Amino acid sequence: MATVPGCFVVTPSDLSALFGILDELGYRTLGPTVRDGAIVIGEISGISDLPIGITDEQGPGRYRLRDGVAGAWFGFAVGPQSARAHLSPPERPLLEIRSRGPTLEFVEPEHHTERTALFGIRPCDLAAMEVQDRVLARGPHPDPRYVAARDTTLVVVVNCGVPADTCFCPSTRTGPRARSGFDLSVTEVVDQTDHYFVLEPGSEAGVEIVERLEHRPADRAEVNAALATTEAAVEAISRSLPEQLNGRLLAAADHSRWDEVAARCLSCGNCTMVCPTCFCSDVRDTTDLAGDTATRVQVWDSCFTLGHSHLHGGSVRADTRSRYRQWLTHKLDTWWDQFGQSGCVGCGRCITWCPPGIDLTVEAAAIVGGG
Amino acid sequence: MNRPRLAVWKFSSCDGCQLTLLDCEDELLELAHRVDIAYFLEATRAHTEGPYDVSIVEGSITTSDDAERIRRVRAVSGKLVTIGACATAGGIQALRNAADIGDYLSAVYAAPEFISTLDRSTPISDHVDVDFELRGCPIDKGQLLELLSALLVGRRPDIARHSVCLDCKRAGNPCVMVATDTPCLGPVTQTGCGALCPSLDRGCFGCFGPAESVNMAAMVGQLRDRGLDDVGIHRLLNTFNTGAPAFGVES
Repeated sequence: MATVPGCFVVTPSDLSALFGILDELGYRTLGPTVRDGAIVIGEISGISDLPIGITDEQGPGRYRLRDGVAGAWFGFAVGPQSARAHLSPPERPLLEIRSRGPTLEFVEPEHHTERTALFGIRPCDLAAMEVQDRVLARGPHPDPRYVAARDTTLVVVVNCGVPADTCFCPSTRTGPRARSGFDLSVTEVVDQTDHYFVLEPGSEAGVEIVERLEHRPADRAEVNAALATTEAAVEAISRSLPEQLNGRLLAAADHSRWDEVAARCLSCGNCTMVCPTCFCSDVRDTTDLAGDTATRVQVWDSCFTLGHSHLHGGSVRADTRSRYRQWLTHKLDTWWDQFGQSGCVGCGRCITWCPPGIDLTVEAAAIVGGG
Repeated sequence: MNRPRLAVWKFSSCDGCQLTLLDCEDELLELAHRVDIAYFLEATRAHTEGPYDVSIVEGSITTSDDAERIRRVRAVSGKLVTIGACATAGGIQALRNAADIGDYLSAVYAAPEFISTLDRSTPISDHVDVDFELRGCPIDKGQLLELLSALLVGRRPDIARHSVCLDCKRAGNPCVMVATDTPCLGPVTQTGCGALCPSLDRGCFGCFGPAESVNMAAMVGQLRDRGLDDVGIHRLLNTFNTGAPAFGVES
């Protein structure tokens, strides 16, 4: 059978050499691993760190690990974490000001950007990185630390065959198959008789990795089998976000649904903390006990805190209704005006990891549908 | 330059929050260099008379003598800051507020007639003006150092008022309510502990009291969904911060 250019087949035992190759190329590897009852993103060094044979059951406000297809490397959907913590750490020092007699010394901490391979991130998370790029790398005020981390990050994306109940990436056009933006794309094909990976390099680094792996050109049937896994994922996804929300949510600013959702919302901020595109941060200035050193630190913030909208005289968004409305209208509506696209990539984390299970697809539909 | 004079006072409390100050081992020498520790009986019997630039107050008001004493402390203090759940919310001893004090006295003491106590345990701010309240049972060492550092240079302390959840997610924890159905007060509790309990697979006990924005009706529903009955919910909310209006269920 004819082979397909640019597509390669690698067996599981051969792909396990990838971790050593990434190490040789000077990358530390972050990837999916089980911790605290969830699949999180952590440092991994081999296949024994992967959640092999494990799947996740997700619903609004609910996440459970279960036994999945035996031997499958990627039989699960996204966990609570994305690439965000790697590219913009939750807390990072920005500046230290030291008193030196009559003068002040300003010291910016050195940033150690370690070459990092993000292994096994999903197409929605890759899309989220591109959303954040527009804000933090390609806007009028690029964040040099984000840019440095992004430039030294290698992306091995894994296309999704087993979506969660909370996923809705087909409606945001951000998955379940990645089209671009990766160094290497991996699709797992696993059934009763076969288990292999179809690899597609998306950059020179990706080509080099494939060359170092034991591989062979993929034939048409193998590529079709890979495409069938993501097509099946599309079929399995039932949630969807209403299209073209730009202008429509803000127009419904006085809808009674905002009051209903505020009655359920804990204002805890979990949705914004797990969202892969949220980028708000707070800057904290403190001094030490001796009074001769001031420190400026940047931390993840959330539009659900009162401090986030604190202006002269108090918080502009003092009630939960206005804070939830801010989160949803910015994410789905005014993000278009600001950045020319939606701020939502359909990963469903805000639905799963909201303790009361508030579902933004349901809320958005109710608000723009007039319901 | 004269060093600011610091006093540390104890009312009804377990001393744990004062102990947090003594526990600042790496910073104690610097602190002693920066301030004149003029009154701190847990640390030293040596003390000097007021007035004091800064008074740190631990404990709640549970006797009429203490109600008088806190006024005298206020009168000799420049800044007065309170530390811990007792001083800021009345402490665990505020459980009496929803009970009959006579019942408690006869149940606990062999000779209750020798006990002179008020029927309520109240925070310091119910009695005198307080310049800053530092929450927690016990308080967090890092927050205490931040408060002292701020007082020394005359700036506002950087103490967050939002939920524990933000710091829990910053720490990389999967939510225990979602992943393991563990009842957790994190969403309604003020941060400050560094999400200690959820980081150890336990639910938050609410040691730092109510966060800036609390939706208790929704929180109670979530606790019920995760297996707590009315008695369990009542017990979870009525511990160290039972006296805090948003937490206490005085019924």
